[in-house]
Amino acid sequence: MTAITDVPRTVRRPQSGNRVLRWVRANLFSSIPNVIITLVLFAVLAKGVISFVQWGIANAVWLTPPNDSSACRAARGVGACWAVIPEKYRFILFGTYPFDEQWRPALAVLLFIALFYVSTRRAWWRRELVYVWIAALALISVLMWGGVFGLSFVSQDRWGGLPVTLILATFGLAFGFPLGILVALGRRSKLPAIRSLCVLYVELIRGVPLVSLLFMASVMFPLFMPGGFNIDKLLRAQIAIILFAGAYLAEVIRGGLQAVPRGQYEAADALGLSYWRKQRLIILPQAIRHVIPPLVNTFIAFFKDTSLVLIIGIFDLLTTAKTAIIDPAWQQFSVEVYIFIAAIYFAFCFAMSRYSRSLEAQTTGR
Amino acid sequence: MRANEAHGRKSLLSKRFEDFCAVTTDSPRPPPRRTFSLALGGPQLKGLLWQILVVGIALAIIAFLWSNTVHNLSARRISTGFAFLGREAGMPIADSLLAYSPKDTYFWAFVVGVANTLRVAVIGIVLATILGTLIGISRLSANWLLSRLAAVYVEVLRDIPLLLQLLFWYVLMQALPAARAAWRPIEGVFLSNRGLILPSIPIGEGQLWVLGTALAGAVVFYVIRRALIAQQMLDGRPRPAWPFALGLIVALPALLSWQLGVRWTIAWPELRGFNFVGGLTLAPEYFALLIALVTYTSAFIAEIVRSGIQSVSRGQWDAANALGLRRSFMLRQIILPQALRVIVPPMTSQYLNLTKNSSLAVAIGYQDVVSIANTTLNQTGQAIEAIALIMAVFLTISLSISFFMNWYNARIALVER
Repeated sequence: MTAITDVPRTVRRPQSGNRVLRWVRANLFSSIPNVIITLVLFAVLAKGVISFVQWGIANAVWLTPPNDSSACRAARGVGACWAVIPEKYRFILFGTYPFDEQWRPALAVLLFIALFYVSTRRAWWRRELVYVWIAALALISVLMWGGVFGLSFVSQDRWGGLPVTLILATFGLAFGFPLGILVALGRRSKLPAIRSLCVLYVELIRGVPLVSLLFMASVMFPLFMPGGFNIDKLLRAQIAIILFAGAYLAEVIRGGLQAVPRGQYEAADALGLSYWRKQRLIILPQAIRHVIPPLVNTFIAFFKDTSLVLIIGIFDLLTTAKTAIIDPAWQQFSVEVYIFIAAIYFAFCFAMSRYSRSLEAQTTGR
Repeated sequence: MRANEAHGRKSLLSKRFEDFCAVTTDSPRPPPRRTFSLALGGPQLKGLLWQILVVGIALAIIAFLWSNTVHNLSARRISTGFAFLGREAGMPIADSLLAYSPKDTYFWAFVVGVANTLRVAVIGIVLATILGTLIGISRLSANWLLSRLAAVYVEVLRDIPLLLQLLFWYVLMQALPAARAAWRPIEGVFLSNRGLILPSIPIGEGQLWVLGTALAGAVVFYVIRRALIAQQMLDGRPRPAWPFALGLIVALPALLSWQLGVRWTIAWPELRGFNFVGGLTLAPEYFALLIALVTYTSAFIAEIVRSGIQSVSRGQWDAANALGLRRSFMLRQIILPQALRVIVPPMTSQYLNLTKNSSLAVAIGYQDVVSIANTTLNQTGQAIEAIALIMAVFLTISLSISFFMNWYNARIALVER
């Protein structure tokens, strides 16, 4: 015992310089290749940042009189024309929704954000959340359509912009999720006919691009329906996205089902629970908890994929942005508009991906 | 309904309890009443009923849609079938690998479209893998600046829709100077609104023979190398493989090339009038699509590579260091084989995604198979056939990629005792 106390403490080499310098030496200039990499990257970065600041801030045109792009055209090639954003933002965000009523889609967007925020709180992961979702989605529908409570009716071919993107993504999730659960259960079922139907559905949908499903929704759907029966374009795209979402979510959920230990199934059987009660009370709660981070990632993917409806001409955020710059006066400033909506998409996706990462850290940290 | 169930369970429990008592009191056990459970809630019968129900619903939906479709098609006088494939397409295809003129048939137009899809997908997969691996390794670099920049790259590209990025690149491509004022980053390379023009090596019959020999040499070399490694496993003596590589892949084709008198010339692009002559032209649509697909997918691949390398435990690095192995050997023989097991399955789905995402070409007018099918659909009205063809093409490509990657995955999988 005494021997241990006699061991001299390891002597630390006195460290020279202040902390910043030490950090710089350890993280940027630790070896000769590192020195070269740092210097080259620094030069490239500095050049990029300087030219972006010159273009995007110093020489940029921030505001112009309404409908006058002469200042922007004068600065073309030298500076950005951010003035196109204040000029067009109402159209980009809300499309052709009646101008005086645009507070309604704005409120709907806020409701969506609040709904997402509430759904991310762990304390709120309860049955009540389902009712909150139903209530919020109903409220959003009322806001968007109107026709009741003194709100004027706005048909959905006038909807556009950010609310449409959020609607496509959220309703896709809200309906695709239960569908995904059913298909995932079906794929793991012992009943051969049900299993092969589910496998066929998942593999068919996952094997083809979303673009072709959207084409199918826009071109073939009218052929599928009885004569005279016509569904709105937005709803058709929504159905395609739900079917698409269902197949991908089913695969994620199946991963979760596989992660539930056999003992849990056996214990549920031993309790004499029926199939559905076993799944609802024992298996699914555990399976879904396992896969929440990949579910959030899948949701990010959908959110981005809704932009594909551009190809069949539905006015989501990307389509309104692209349409906004058809105006000949502002035609040349598409880069600025694309950066603007890229920032919107980025804000949503980045928030979700940070959230998914924090969840992952929580679950693996335990 | 639920009350009934609960009641049933309760009675079952009490019955079991009686049985239990019966056993302890040593009286004869009553025979299990299987017939009753089979009749109402038995697993087999219940399962059968469920299957009949679900399949019945599925069939009913399909039949409903089918009858509507047949009715609608006859009402609109659209004939079904693939006969239209033999008709003259009459659509121009600007950029294609295969010889094509608008007088060719729809079938040939489809083949050209498939070739265009494969051209962007295959090159995209190769480039995205290289770029993604570099960025994934950069994220793990000890250099703070490099790893930060790689992280920013991944985060920004992953969180913006691919279609938006594609439109962005395409707009940038169109904003490039005209051919006369083209940028020349390197001698012989031109970047203008006509696309990217590179010097090329014209490939004729002689060149093909030489390249074919080199390829065959590579295959033979691979077999020889395996045999050499097998021998090394037996007696432990390393046998150098590089003389075989030199002979089979370099010397033999070179000899053939000299014998046949094949000339390897470089065709430098030249500006004549308003356009370029010679060299290899990547049209702006193709180039924009390629850049968008490669940069977007590489962000995902970078994350896969990073997590794959991180999944190799610290102890493996320490053990390899303790053995005094060279760093390159350590990476090649110890770390990579273990990391690949984690990397390959998600990489497969990224390859599939890239291939499917190449269908976004339709948004910028690159004529891949989806775009050609779309034009066909508009010209002929054969919606079902055109979409069926798209699906068939993509299912075939997807299944081939999955097959190949599953084979590769099985090859590198851990062989446990």
